[in-house]
Amino acid sequence: MNSQFVPALSETGTALSIACIFLVPLCGAGLALINTGLGRSRSAAHSMLASLCVIAVAALMYFACGFAWQGFAGRPAHVITVSGKAWNWIAVEPFFLRGLQLDGSPASLAVCLQMLSVGLAAMIPLGSGSDRWRLPAICASTALLAGFTYPLYAHWVWGGGWLAQLGPHYGLGRGFLDAGGGSSIQAVGGLTALAIAWIVGPRRGKYSPDGMPTAIPGHNAVLVLLGCALALVGWLGLNSAGAILFAGVAPTAAVLIGVNTVLSASVAALAALMITRMRFGKPDASLVANGWVSGLVASSAACPWITPAAALFIGLVAGVVVTFSIELFEVHLKVDDPGGAISVHAVAGIWGVLALGVCAHFQAPGQWLAQLVGVATLLGFVLPLTYGLNWLLDRFLAQRAPFDGESLGMDVYELGATAYPEFVTHTEDFIPR
Amino acid sequence: MKLAGFLLLLAGWGIVLCAVAWLPSAGVRSGFVLAGLGVEVLGLVLAVRSHLVPHGERG
Repeated sequence: MNSQFVPALSETGTALSIACIFLVPLCGAGLALINTGLGRSRSAAHSMLASLCVIAVAALMYFACGFAWQGFAGRPAHVITVSGKAWNWIAVEPFFLRGLQLDGSPASLAVCLQMLSVGLAAMIPLGSGSDRWRLPAICASTALLAGFTYPLYAHWVWGGGWLAQLGPHYGLGRGFLDAGGGSSIQAVGGLTALAIAWIVGPRRGKYSPDGMPTAIPGHNAVLVLLGCALALVGWLGLNSAGAILFAGVAPTAAVLIGVNTVLSASVAALAALMITRMRFGKPDASLVANGWVSGLVASSAACPWITPAAALFIGLVAGVVVTFSIELFEVHLKVDDPGGAISVHAVAGIWGVLALGVCAHFQAPGQWLAQLVGVATLLGFVLPLTYGLNWLLDRFLAQRAPFDGESLGMDVYELGATAYPEFVTHTEDFIPR
Repeated sequence: MKLAGFLLLLAGWGIVLCAVAWLPSAGVRSGFVLAGLGVEVLGLVLAVRSHLVPHGERG
Protein backbone atom coordinates (compact mmCIF):
# COMPACT_ATOMS: atom_id res chain seq x y z
CA MET A 1 0.00 0.00 0.00
CA ASN A 2 1.13 3.51 -0.69
CA SER A 3 0.00 6.82 0.63
CA GLN A 4 1.09 10.33 -0.32
CA PHE A 5 0.05 13.60 1.21
CA VAL A 6 -1.92 15.86 -1.11
CA PRO A 7 -2.67 19.43 0.01
CA ALA A 8 -6.29 20.54 0.03
CA LEU A 9 -7.54 23.07 -2.52
CA SER A 10 -8.34 26.64 -1.55
CA GLU A 11 -11.96 27.77 -1.81
CA THR A 12 -11.11 29.63 -4.99
CA GLY A 13 -9.44 26.56 -6.42
CA THR A 14 -12.42 24.40 -5.56
CA ALA A 15 -14.92 26.84 -7.07
CA LEU A 16 -12.88 27.28 -10.23
CA SER A 17 -12.37 23.54 -10.55
CA ILE A 18 -16.11 22.91 -10.31
CA ALA A 19 -16.85 25.60 -12.89
CA CYS A 20 -14.23 24.18 -15.26
CA ILE A 21 -15.40 20.59 -14.77
CA PHE A 22 -18.92 21.58 -15.76
CA LEU A 23 -17.57 22.91 -19.07
CA VAL A 24 -16.00 19.56 -19.98
CA PRO A 25 -19.21 18.04 -21.47
CA LEU A 26 -18.86 20.64 -24.22
CA CYS A 27 -15.74 18.78 -25.38
CA GLY A 28 -17.93 15.72 -25.80
CA ALA A 29 -20.65 17.69 -27.55
CA GLY A 30 -18.04 19.12 -29.90
CA LEU A 31 -16.53 15.74 -30.69
CA ALA A 32 -19.97 14.22 -31.24
CA LEU A 33 -20.84 16.92 -33.78
CA ILE A 34 -17.46 16.60 -35.49
CA ASN A 35 -17.72 12.82 -35.77
CA THR A 36 -21.28 13.05 -37.03
CA GLY A 37 -20.55 15.76 -39.56
CA LEU A 38 -17.54 13.91 -40.93
CA GLY A 39 -19.57 10.71 -41.36
CA ARG A 40 -22.28 9.85 -43.87
CA SER A 41 -25.79 11.31 -43.63
CA ARG A 42 -27.27 7.82 -43.42
CA SER A 43 -25.41 7.19 -40.16
CA ALA A 44 -25.87 10.60 -38.55
CA ALA A 45 -28.50 9.71 -35.93
CA HIS A 46 -26.57 6.55 -35.11
CA SER A 47 -23.43 8.58 -34.55
CA MET A 48 -25.11 11.02 -32.18
CA LEU A 49 -26.92 8.27 -30.30
CA ALA A 50 -23.67 6.32 -30.03
CA SER A 51 -22.02 9.40 -28.51
CA LEU A 52 -24.72 9.62 -25.85
CA CYS A 53 -24.48 5.90 -25.15
CA VAL A 54 -20.70 6.15 -24.85
CA ILE A 55 -20.96 8.98 -22.31
CA ALA A 56 -23.54 6.99 -20.33
CA VAL A 57 -21.69 3.67 -20.36
CA ALA A 58 -18.36 5.34 -19.58
CA ALA A 59 -19.79 7.23 -16.61
CA LEU A 60 -21.45 4.11 -15.21
CA MET A 61 -18.34 1.98 -15.65
CA TYR A 62 -16.16 4.63 -14.09
CA PHE A 63 -18.56 4.83 -11.16
CA ALA A 64 -18.68 1.05 -10.82
CA CYS A 65 -15.01 0.17 -11.10
CA GLY A 66 -13.00 2.84 -12.94
CA PHE A 67 -12.20 4.95 -9.93
CA ALA A 68 -11.39 1.81 -7.96
CA TRP A 69 -8.46 1.18 -10.34
CA GLN A 70 -7.52 4.82 -10.93
CA GLY A 71 -7.71 6.27 -7.44
CA PHE A 72 -6.12 9.59 -6.60
CA ALA A 73 -2.69 10.67 -5.42
CA GLY A 74 -2.40 10.19 -1.69
CA ARG A 75 -4.99 7.43 -1.49
CA PRO A 76 -4.35 3.68 -1.10
CA ALA A 77 -2.68 1.82 -3.95
CA HIS A 78 -0.79 -1.40 -4.65
CA VAL A 79 2.96 -0.95 -4.67
CA ILE A 80 5.74 -3.31 -5.65
CA THR A 81 9.33 -2.61 -4.75
CA VAL A 82 12.01 -2.80 -7.45
CA SER A 83 15.63 -2.16 -6.44
CA GLY A 84 14.47 -0.43 -3.31
CA LYS A 85 12.12 1.93 -5.15
CA ALA A 86 8.34 1.79 -4.85
CA TRP A 87 6.39 1.24 -8.08
CA ASN A 88 2.79 2.24 -7.61
CA TRP A 89 0.81 0.11 -10.09
CA ILE A 90 -2.86 0.30 -9.35
CA ALA A 91 -5.25 1.87 -6.89
CA VAL A 92 -7.22 -0.16 -4.37
CA GLU A 93 -10.32 1.94 -3.86
CA PRO A 94 -13.66 0.25 -3.10
CA PHE A 95 -16.00 -0.28 -6.06
CA PHE A 96 -19.00 2.04 -6.61
CA LEU A 97 -17.19 4.98 -4.95
CA ARG A 98 -17.98 3.52 -1.52
CA GLY A 99 -16.20 5.37 1.23
CA LEU A 100 -15.52 8.49 -0.86
CA GLN A 101 -17.09 11.68 0.43
CA LEU A 102 -18.37 13.72 -2.51
CA ASP A 103 -17.82 16.93 -0.63
CA GLY A 104 -15.57 19.07 -2.79
CA SER A 105 -12.34 17.42 -1.70
CA PRO A 106 -9.68 17.09 -4.44
CA ALA A 107 -10.40 13.36 -4.78
CA SER A 108 -14.13 13.95 -5.18
CA LEU A 109 -13.53 16.69 -7.75
CA ALA A 110 -11.22 14.32 -9.61
CA VAL A 111 -14.00 11.71 -9.70
CA CYS A 112 -16.40 14.27 -11.12
CA LEU A 113 -13.91 15.34 -13.79
CA GLN A 114 -12.93 11.79 -14.66
CA MET A 115 -16.51 10.58 -15.06
CA LEU A 116 -16.80 13.15 -17.83
CA SER A 117 -13.34 12.87 -19.37
CA VAL A 118 -13.44 9.07 -19.56
CA GLY A 119 -16.49 9.52 -21.78
CA LEU A 120 -14.51 11.95 -23.89
CA ALA A 121 -11.72 9.40 -24.33
CA ALA A 122 -14.24 6.72 -25.24
CA MET A 123 -15.90 8.97 -27.85
CA ILE A 124 -12.68 9.34 -29.81
CA PRO A 125 -12.87 5.86 -31.42
CA LEU A 126 -16.34 6.73 -32.75
CA GLY A 127 -14.55 8.92 -35.26
CA SER A 128 -12.50 6.08 -36.69
CA GLY A 129 -15.27 3.47 -36.59
CA SER A 130 -18.08 5.59 -37.94
CA ASP A 131 -20.49 4.25 -40.58
CA ARG A 132 -19.78 0.59 -39.73
CA TRP A 133 -19.26 0.10 -35.96
CA ARG A 134 -22.27 -1.54 -34.31
CA LEU A 135 -23.93 0.07 -31.31
CA PRO A 136 -23.77 -2.98 -28.98
CA ALA A 137 -20.07 -3.34 -29.75
CA ILE A 138 -19.55 0.39 -29.18
CA CYS A 139 -21.08 0.08 -25.71
CA ALA A 140 -19.08 -3.04 -24.85
CA SER A 141 -15.83 -1.52 -26.11
CA THR A 142 -16.54 1.62 -24.12
CA ALA A 143 -17.07 -0.48 -21.00
CA LEU A 144 -13.63 -2.05 -21.47
CA LEU A 145 -11.98 1.32 -22.01
CA ALA A 146 -13.72 3.12 -19.17
CA GLY A 147 -13.62 0.18 -16.80
CA PHE A 148 -10.00 -0.81 -17.16
CA THR A 149 -7.68 0.61 -19.84
CA TYR A 150 -8.24 4.27 -19.11
CA PRO A 151 -8.23 4.04 -15.28
CA LEU A 152 -5.05 2.01 -15.27
CA TYR A 153 -3.05 4.45 -17.38
CA ALA A 154 -4.67 7.45 -15.70
CA HIS A 155 -3.61 6.04 -12.33
CA TRP A 156 -0.02 5.91 -13.48
CA VAL A 157 -0.18 9.53 -14.64
CA TRP A 158 -2.64 11.21 -12.26
CA GLY A 159 -3.19 8.81 -9.40
CA GLY A 160 0.30 8.96 -7.93
CA GLY A 161 1.37 6.01 -10.09
CA TRP A 162 4.85 5.02 -11.18
CA LEU A 163 4.96 7.40 -14.17
CA ALA A 164 4.21 10.35 -11.91
CA GLN A 165 6.91 9.18 -9.50
CA LEU A 166 9.70 8.96 -12.08
CA GLY A 167 10.91 12.31 -10.80
CA PRO A 168 11.26 11.71 -7.06
CA HIS A 169 12.36 8.08 -7.47
CA TYR A 170 14.65 8.18 -10.49
CA GLY A 171 15.54 11.83 -10.92
CA LEU A 172 13.68 12.20 -14.21
CA GLY A 173 12.62 15.84 -13.97
CA ARG A 174 9.33 16.20 -12.12
CA GLY A 175 8.18 12.78 -13.29
CA PHE A 176 5.84 12.25 -16.22
CA LEU A 177 3.67 15.35 -16.57
CA ASP A 178 0.34 15.76 -18.32
CA ALA A 179 -1.94 18.49 -17.05
CA GLY A 180 -4.97 18.27 -19.32
CA GLY A 181 -4.96 14.67 -20.49
CA GLY A 182 -2.90 14.80 -23.70
CA SER A 183 -1.81 11.24 -22.97
CA SER A 184 -4.38 9.75 -20.61
CA ILE A 185 -7.45 11.05 -22.45
CA GLN A 186 -6.40 11.93 -26.00
CA ALA A 187 -3.65 9.44 -26.80
CA VAL A 188 -5.41 6.55 -25.04
CA GLY A 189 -8.58 7.36 -26.99
CA GLY A 190 -6.62 7.87 -30.21
CA LEU A 191 -4.78 4.57 -29.92
CA THR A 192 -8.07 2.83 -29.21
CA ALA A 193 -9.38 4.51 -32.36
CA LEU A 194 -6.48 2.93 -34.27
CA ALA A 195 -7.29 -0.48 -32.79
CA ILE A 196 -10.95 -0.12 -33.76
CA ALA A 197 -10.09 1.02 -37.29
CA TRP A 198 -7.87 -2.03 -37.71
CA ILE A 199 -10.43 -4.43 -36.28
CA VAL A 200 -13.50 -3.23 -38.18
CA GLY A 201 -11.59 -2.59 -41.39
CA PRO A 202 -12.33 0.07 -44.01
CA ARG A 203 -15.82 1.02 -45.17
CA ARG A 204 -17.12 -0.78 -48.24
CA GLY A 205 -15.91 1.02 -51.31
CA LYS A 206 -13.29 3.06 -49.48
CA TYR A 207 -10.45 1.33 -51.30
CA SER A 208 -10.49 0.20 -54.90
CA PRO A 209 -9.20 -3.30 -55.67
CA ASP A 210 -5.79 -1.80 -56.43
CA GLY A 211 -5.70 -0.14 -53.01
CA MET A 212 -6.42 3.44 -54.01
CA PRO A 213 -8.61 5.31 -51.51
CA THR A 214 -11.91 6.83 -52.60
CA ALA A 215 -12.89 10.19 -51.13
CA ILE A 216 -15.98 9.86 -48.95
CA PRO A 217 -16.59 13.43 -47.81
CA GLY A 218 -18.35 14.25 -44.56
CA HIS A 219 -22.03 15.06 -44.94
CA ASN A 220 -22.27 18.30 -42.92
CA ALA A 221 -19.41 20.80 -42.61
CA VAL A 222 -21.57 23.09 -40.46
CA LEU A 223 -21.88 20.45 -37.75
CA VAL A 224 -18.14 19.88 -37.89
CA LEU A 225 -17.24 23.54 -37.51
CA LEU A 226 -19.84 24.14 -34.80
CA GLY A 227 -18.31 21.16 -33.00
CA CYS A 228 -14.91 22.86 -33.17
CA ALA A 229 -16.29 25.99 -31.49
CA LEU A 230 -17.94 23.97 -28.71
CA ALA A 231 -14.80 21.91 -28.25
CA LEU A 232 -12.78 25.06 -27.57
CA VAL A 233 -15.00 25.99 -24.63
CA GLY A 234 -14.85 22.47 -23.28
CA TRP A 235 -11.10 22.30 -23.67
CA LEU A 236 -10.61 25.50 -21.70
CA GLY A 237 -12.41 23.80 -18.83
CA LEU A 238 -10.69 20.46 -19.29
CA ASN A 239 -7.16 21.88 -19.36
CA SER A 240 -7.80 24.21 -16.44
CA ALA A 241 -9.51 21.63 -14.23
CA GLY A 242 -6.88 19.00 -14.99
CA ALA A 243 -4.03 21.38 -14.25
CA ILE A 244 -5.51 22.49 -10.93
CA LEU A 245 -6.50 19.02 -9.74
CA PHE A 246 -3.72 16.83 -11.10
CA ALA A 247 -0.77 19.16 -11.59
CA GLY A 248 -1.35 21.23 -8.48
CA VAL A 249 -1.03 24.59 -10.22
CA ALA A 250 -2.55 27.69 -8.66
CA PRO A 251 -6.06 28.68 -9.82
CA THR A 252 -4.59 31.88 -11.25
CA ALA A 253 -2.71 29.76 -13.79
CA ALA A 254 -6.06 29.28 -15.54
CA VAL A 255 -5.36 32.55 -17.35
CA LEU A 256 -2.12 31.24 -18.84
CA ILE A 257 -3.81 27.93 -19.61
CA GLY A 258 -6.62 29.69 -21.44
CA VAL A 259 -4.24 31.82 -23.50
CA ASN A 260 -2.08 28.83 -24.40
CA THR A 261 -5.07 26.66 -25.34
CA VAL A 262 -6.56 29.30 -27.63
CA LEU A 263 -3.22 30.14 -29.24
CA SER A 264 -2.38 26.51 -29.91
CA ALA A 265 -5.76 25.80 -31.51
CA SER A 266 -5.70 28.99 -33.55
CA VAL A 267 -2.28 28.52 -35.06
CA ALA A 268 -2.95 24.83 -35.72
CA ALA A 269 -6.16 25.65 -37.61
CA LEU A 270 -4.46 28.38 -39.64
CA ALA A 271 -1.54 26.09 -40.42
CA ALA A 272 -3.96 23.44 -41.71
CA LEU A 273 -5.80 26.11 -43.67
CA MET A 274 -2.61 27.37 -45.32
CA ILE A 275 -1.40 23.90 -46.14
CA THR A 276 -4.67 22.79 -47.71
CA ARG A 277 -4.90 26.10 -49.56
CA MET A 278 -1.43 25.61 -51.00
CA ARG A 279 -1.92 21.94 -51.85
CA PHE A 280 -5.48 21.89 -53.12
CA GLY A 281 -6.03 25.48 -54.19
CA LYS A 282 -8.78 26.05 -51.60
CA PRO A 283 -8.99 25.49 -47.85
CA ASP A 284 -10.41 22.13 -46.84
CA ALA A 285 -13.00 22.61 -44.08
CA SER A 286 -12.68 19.13 -42.61
CA LEU A 287 -8.88 19.27 -42.46
CA VAL A 288 -8.97 22.75 -40.94
CA ALA A 289 -11.40 21.45 -38.32
CA ASN A 290 -9.05 18.56 -37.64
CA GLY A 291 -6.19 21.04 -37.37
CA TRP A 292 -8.16 23.10 -34.84
CA VAL A 293 -8.85 20.09 -32.64
CA SER A 294 -5.27 18.88 -32.99
CA GLY A 295 -4.13 22.23 -31.60
CA LEU A 296 -6.46 21.80 -28.64
CA VAL A 297 -5.22 18.26 -28.09
CA ALA A 298 -1.55 19.21 -28.37
CA SER A 299 -2.01 22.01 -25.85
CA SER A 300 -3.44 19.73 -23.18
CA ALA A 301 -0.34 18.16 -21.70
CA ALA A 302 1.84 21.23 -21.33
CA CYS A 303 -0.60 24.14 -21.01
CA PRO A 304 0.32 25.35 -17.50
CA TRP A 305 4.10 25.02 -17.95
CA ILE A 306 4.78 26.73 -21.27
CA THR A 307 4.95 30.28 -22.51
CA PRO A 308 2.48 31.53 -25.15
CA ALA A 309 5.32 31.46 -27.69
CA ALA A 310 5.85 27.77 -26.96
CA ALA A 311 2.09 27.18 -27.29
CA LEU A 312 2.26 28.76 -30.74
CA PHE A 313 5.10 26.44 -31.70
CA ILE A 314 3.29 23.36 -30.34
CA GLY A 315 0.08 24.28 -32.16
CA LEU A 316 1.90 25.05 -35.40
CA VAL A 317 3.63 21.68 -35.45
CA ALA A 318 0.38 19.92 -34.52
CA GLY A 319 -1.53 21.59 -37.36
CA VAL A 320 1.13 20.74 -39.92
CA VAL A 321 1.77 17.19 -38.74
CA VAL A 322 -1.90 16.24 -38.47
CA THR A 323 -2.65 17.43 -41.99
CA PHE A 324 -0.05 15.06 -43.41
CA SER A 325 -0.70 12.33 -40.87
CA ILE A 326 -4.34 12.03 -41.97
CA GLU A 327 -3.16 11.50 -45.53
CA LEU A 328 -0.50 9.03 -44.41
CA PHE A 329 -3.04 6.88 -42.59
CA GLU A 330 -5.62 7.02 -45.36
CA VAL A 331 -3.47 6.66 -48.46
CA HIS A 332 -0.38 4.75 -47.40
CA LEU A 333 -1.35 2.79 -44.32
CA LYS A 334 -4.86 1.94 -45.59
CA VAL A 335 -6.50 2.91 -42.32
CA ASP A 336 -10.03 4.21 -42.94
CA ASP A 337 -10.51 6.84 -40.24
CA PRO A 338 -13.43 9.05 -41.35
CA GLY A 339 -13.08 11.45 -38.41
CA GLY A 340 -9.28 11.68 -38.46
CA ALA A 341 -9.39 10.55 -34.83
CA ILE A 342 -6.08 8.71 -34.87
CA SER A 343 -4.09 11.64 -36.20
CA VAL A 344 -5.93 14.30 -34.22
CA HIS A 345 -5.94 12.56 -30.86
CA ALA A 346 -3.12 9.99 -30.85
CA VAL A 347 -0.52 11.79 -32.98
CA ALA A 348 -1.21 15.30 -31.68
CA GLY A 349 -1.60 14.02 -28.12
CA ILE A 350 1.76 12.28 -28.22
CA TRP A 351 3.34 15.34 -29.81
CA GLY A 352 2.00 17.54 -27.01
CA VAL A 353 3.39 15.18 -24.37
CA LEU A 354 6.82 15.13 -25.99
CA ALA A 355 6.81 18.87 -26.54
CA LEU A 356 6.42 19.41 -22.81
CA GLY A 357 9.79 17.75 -22.32
CA VAL A 358 11.57 20.38 -24.37
CA CYS A 359 9.33 23.45 -24.12
CA ALA A 360 8.55 23.59 -20.38
CA HIS A 361 9.61 26.88 -18.80
CA PHE A 362 10.99 25.19 -15.68
CA GLN A 363 14.43 23.61 -15.50
CA ALA A 364 14.24 19.92 -14.62
CA PRO A 365 16.97 17.65 -15.99
CA GLY A 366 15.56 14.42 -17.34
CA GLN A 367 12.07 15.76 -17.97
CA TRP A 368 12.28 14.83 -21.65
CA LEU A 369 13.19 11.27 -20.67
CA ALA A 370 10.20 11.03 -18.34
CA GLN A 371 7.94 12.18 -21.17
CA LEU A 372 9.57 9.62 -23.46
CA VAL A 373 8.87 6.84 -20.95
CA GLY A 374 5.22 7.91 -20.86
CA VAL A 375 4.99 7.76 -24.65
CA ALA A 376 6.75 4.37 -24.67
CA THR A 377 4.09 3.17 -22.23
CA LEU A 378 1.33 4.39 -24.51
CA LEU A 379 2.75 2.60 -27.54
CA GLY A 380 4.15 -0.46 -25.80
CA PHE A 381 1.42 -1.15 -23.28
CA VAL A 382 -1.79 0.77 -24.00
CA LEU A 383 -1.95 -0.02 -27.73
CA PRO A 384 -1.46 -3.81 -27.33
CA LEU A 385 -3.85 -3.83 -24.37
CA THR A 386 -6.65 -1.93 -26.08
CA TYR A 387 -6.16 -3.84 -29.33
CA GLY A 388 -6.16 -7.17 -27.49
CA LEU A 389 -9.30 -6.36 -25.51
CA ASN A 390 -11.18 -5.19 -28.59
CA TRP A 391 -9.94 -8.16 -30.64
CA LEU A 392 -11.23 -10.51 -27.94
CA LEU A 393 -14.51 -8.62 -27.82
CA ASP A 394 -14.83 -9.04 -31.59
CA ARG A 395 -14.65 -12.83 -31.13
CA PHE A 396 -17.78 -12.76 -28.98
CA LEU A 397 -19.65 -9.74 -30.32
CA ALA A 398 -19.10 -8.75 -33.94
CA GLN A 399 -17.94 -5.16 -33.98
CA ARG A 400 -18.61 -4.48 -37.64
CA ALA A 401 -22.03 -4.14 -39.16
CA PRO A 402 -22.86 -6.67 -41.88
CA PHE A 403 -23.29 -5.85 -45.55
CA ASP A 404 -26.90 -4.58 -45.19
CA GLY A 405 -25.94 -2.33 -42.32
CA GLU A 406 -23.51 -0.37 -44.42
CA SER A 407 -25.72 -0.39 -47.50
CA LEU A 408 -28.80 0.83 -45.67
CA GLY A 409 -26.84 3.10 -43.38
CA MET A 410 -26.48 2.56 -39.66
CA ASP A 411 -29.51 4.76 -38.97
CA VAL A 412 -31.99 2.50 -40.71
CA TYR A 413 -30.14 -0.73 -39.88
CA GLU A 414 -29.81 -0.21 -36.15
CA LEU A 415 -32.32 2.51 -35.31
CA GLY A 416 -35.03 1.93 -37.90
CA ALA A 417 -35.23 5.60 -38.89
CA THR A 418 -33.03 8.15 -40.54
CA ALA A 419 -31.67 11.39 -39.12
CA TYR A 420 -33.04 13.40 -42.04
CA PRO A 421 -36.38 11.84 -43.04
CA GLU A 422 -37.15 14.60 -45.53
CA PHE A 423 -34.08 13.72 -47.55
CA VAL A 424 -34.51 10.36 -49.17
CA THR A 425 -31.63 10.27 -51.63
CA HIS A 426 -29.69 7.37 -50.17
CA THR A 427 -27.63 6.72 -53.24
CA GLU A 428 -24.81 4.25 -53.59
CA ASP A 429 -22.61 6.94 -55.10
CA PHE A 430 -19.52 5.80 -53.31
CA ILE A 431 -19.96 2.09 -53.79
CA PRO A 432 -18.45 0.62 -56.97
CA ARG A 433 -21.19 -1.06 -58.99
CA MET B 1 3.21 -10.90 -38.29
CA LYS B 2 0.48 -9.16 -36.30
CA LEU B 3 1.30 -11.09 -33.14
CA ALA B 4 5.01 -10.48 -33.64
CA GLY B 5 4.33 -6.76 -33.98
CA PHE B 6 2.40 -6.56 -30.74
CA LEU B 7 4.95 -8.71 -28.94
CA LEU B 8 7.69 -6.35 -30.11
CA LEU B 9 5.68 -3.42 -28.77
CA LEU B 10 5.48 -5.10 -25.38
CA ALA B 11 9.15 -6.09 -25.52
CA GLY B 12 10.15 -2.51 -26.25
CA TRP B 13 8.15 -1.32 -23.27
CA GLY B 14 9.85 -3.98 -21.16
CA ILE B 15 13.25 -2.64 -22.19
CA VAL B 16 12.18 0.87 -21.23
CA LEU B 17 10.93 -0.29 -17.82
CA CYS B 18 14.11 -2.26 -17.13
CA ALA B 19 16.26 0.69 -18.15
CA VAL B 20 14.42 3.01 -15.79
CA ALA B 21 14.44 0.54 -12.90
CA TRP B 22 17.93 -0.89 -13.06
CA LEU B 23 20.30 1.43 -14.91
CA PRO B 24 21.75 4.08 -12.61
CA SER B 25 23.72 6.14 -15.15
CA ALA B 26 21.68 8.81 -16.89
CA GLY B 27 23.45 8.37 -20.22
CA VAL B 28 23.10 4.60 -20.38
CA ARG B 29 19.52 4.82 -19.18
CA SER B 30 18.65 7.31 -21.90
CA GLY B 31 20.28 5.07 -24.49
CA PHE B 32 18.30 2.04 -23.43
CA VAL B 33 15.05 3.98 -23.25
CA LEU B 34 15.67 5.12 -26.83
CA ALA B 35 16.54 1.55 -27.80
CA GLY B 36 13.28 0.36 -26.25
CA LEU B 37 11.39 2.96 -28.23
CA GLY B 38 13.21 1.78 -31.35
CA VAL B 39 11.98 -1.75 -30.71
CA GLU B 40 8.46 -0.36 -30.26
CA VAL B 41 8.72 1.43 -33.59
CA LEU B 42 9.72 -1.87 -35.22
CA GLY B 43 6.71 -3.50 -33.60
CA LEU B 44 4.47 -0.71 -34.81
CA VAL B 45 5.78 -1.13 -38.35
CA LEU B 46 5.03 -4.86 -38.22
CA ALA B 47 1.56 -4.26 -36.79
CA VAL B 48 0.83 -1.70 -39.51
CA ARG B 49 2.11 -4.00 -42.25
CA SER B 50 0.02 -6.88 -40.98
CA HIS B 51 -3.06 -4.70 -41.34
CA LEU B 52 -2.11 -3.57 -44.85
CA VAL B 53 -3.31 -6.93 -46.18
CA PRO B 54 -6.53 -5.95 -47.93
CA HIS B 55 -9.60 -6.68 -45.87
CA GLY B 56 -11.47 -7.03 -49.13
CA GLU B 57 -15.03 -5.92 -49.05
CA ARG B 58 -15.93 -7.22 -45.61
CA GLY B 59 -19.45 -7.31 -44.36
